[in-house]
Amino acid sequence: MEKTIVKGTNLKKYFPLKEGLFSSTKDNIKAVDNVNIEIKKGETFGIVGESGCGKTTLGRVLINLIPPTAGKLIFMGSDLTKINKTVLRKLRPHMQIVFQDPSSSLNPRMTVKNIISEPLKINKRFKGEELNNKVLELLQIVGLDKQHMYRYPHEFSGGQKQRIGVARALALNPDFIVLDEPTSALDVSVQAQILNLFKDLQKKFELTYLFITHDLSVIKYISDRVAVMYAGNIVELAPTKDLFKEQLHPYTKALLSAIPVADPRMKRKHIHLKGEVPSLIKPPKGCRFHPRCSRCIGTFCSKNEPMLKEVKKNHFVACCQY
Amino acid sequence: MDRILPHFKALDDFLKKHESKIKDLKFMGHLFRKSLLSMIGLLLILIMIFLALFAPLIASQHPSYVKVSTEQGTTVTEERWDIDFDQKLLPPSGEHLFGTDDYGRDIFSMVIYGSQTSFRISIIVVAVSTLIGIILGGIAGYFGGIIDEILMRITDIFLAIPYLILAMAVAAALGRSIDHIMEALIIVWWPTYARLMRGQVLAVREQQYVEAARSIGASNPRILIRHILPNAFSPLLVEITLDLGAVLLVAAGLSFIGLGASPGTAEWGLMISSGRIHMLHAWWYVTFPGLAILFVVLGFNLLGDGLRDITDPKLRR
Repeated sequence: MEKTIVKGTNLKKYFPLKEGLFSSTKDNIKAVDNVNIEIKKGETFGIVGESGCGKTTLGRVLINLIPPTAGKLIFMGSDLTKINKTVLRKLRPHMQIVFQDPSSSLNPRMTVKNIISEPLKINKRFKGEELNNKVLELLQIVGLDKQHMYRYPHEFSGGQKQRIGVARALALNPDFIVLDEPTSALDVSVQAQILNLFKDLQKKFELTYLFITHDLSVIKYISDRVAVMYAGNIVELAPTKDLFKEQLHPYTKALLSAIPVADPRMKRKHIHLKGEVPSLIKPPKGCRFHPRCSRCIGTFCSKNEPMLKEVKKNHFVACCQY
Repeated sequence: MDRILPHFKALDDFLKKHESKIKDLKFMGHLFRKSLLSMIGLLLILIMIFLALFAPLIASQHPSYVKVSTEQGTTVTEERWDIDFDQKLLPPSGEHLFGTDDYGRDIFSMVIYGSQTSFRISIIVVAVSTLIGIILGGIAGYFGGIIDEILMRITDIFLAIPYLILAMAVAAALGRSIDHIMEALIIVWWPTYARLMRGQVLAVREQQYVEAARSIGASNPRILIRHILPNAFSPLLVEITLDLGAVLLVAAGLSFIGLGASPGTAEWGLMISSGRIHMLHAWWYVTFPGLAILFVVLGFNLLGDGLRDITDPKLRR
């Protein structure tokens, strides 16, 4: 029986849009709207979607870096939306995050040693010589060297900086790490190195990943299950193999048809979507994809909001046609 | 040899630990040396600081009218407040480098002692204003919301009144003294820093390393002090340098119109004020304190401009 590490039910995150000094909230940006998600211990759960679909916000919400507006969020048995700050800070070590941009996620005025040892100091894990040794150990785990300890972030390359970020996330022996597009700021050869590092670390420390990306080939390589997000909703969720074999949601079909293939002679059918990504302030009623959907069946799609349904084994889709 | 070796090792360790920092400082020094004007500014400031620190050794006379008489081999100093008519308004000469004033005092000595007063005012006013500004601006920017609104509206009230008039009003209400001038100037000066700091904090707060700090369980004070302050400070440094000159100028101005130092004190503004009736027949009385103000303010401005160029992130690696 697989254990659940984090489970979100009806998660919502609205960012209020305010105008002027005393006025009340006029509108909300519905970055995450009614998302149900369950991540099992030891798996790599991928989230794909285009820019602005709410995937990053969902990742932040799941480790309560941004508290959700509504919904239930169970992390390792405790409801993160209900516990107080002190308990939350005690739970923090179990959930960590690696950021997209390695340069801005490291404090430019701190040495590598201080960056990596800060989580250990805050949580009072080690002191003095022991702390030093732990930092060294972490540096070696992520493939850096002793000589890097007293340098500043700007002296490193992008890939090295990302390794420092990974070392910081690993310092507290977390169970669950959110990887928020950790490779999209790196060039391809370095991407592969970092991805392999993640795979090795997962084996070594029994980590659970939430891998957020817009890069489909990366998700195919690393994740066990994939959720496709569109305009704040999860539209399809399936084991990676199944999803790449057969897509059920029309949006997923269009998305996957855009993966470039390394053979120029191969004939491919691109599905071009008409229209634009909907605004998250006033998303379309009913199915959010219906204005752009080629298989839209009229008023039924624009009135009913489809829920995730298990259509095949472990393959969920949110579409009125199933 | 055994005794020296551990010291050597300690030094070696120290150098290794701070290798990056030293490299950074060297680079900044290199940038600084490249700009001639900021070097001139720094030189001017250093000369004035040297004069202020060693005033008793350099000046031939204490400004508060000390006459030295010798009695039975021991030196007795006493303060006198009467006019020395023989020495009154003498032009610059070998004995009195900058001439003498209408009380017969040596203007060279007074200018040098005046630098002590001026530096004291500038440094204390700017330091206290910066501290208040960092605390209030930091809190307003970091916590935002209603706290931000309240603090910033208070700041706005202070900024709404012309600063010179506010300073004059406060100084006049408190009475004539250098301490009161400092208090008046602090009241006038802190809002600028609070504003600047708030803006900086707003920008730095959104950086990912702040979010990263939160994700490892850092508390609010820790995030503010360790992550936000060090990264928000460099524009403030430029402002501080420029303001050291500006405060000095305003303080001299207040003394000039009779709100600052009490008569008889060696203060540049006050000297110009009392020298202005003698301007036509004793040009040296107003000229030398005026030049002193000019050089110090110019020095701080050049230095501030240089610092601004250095701290410009586009120039850095």
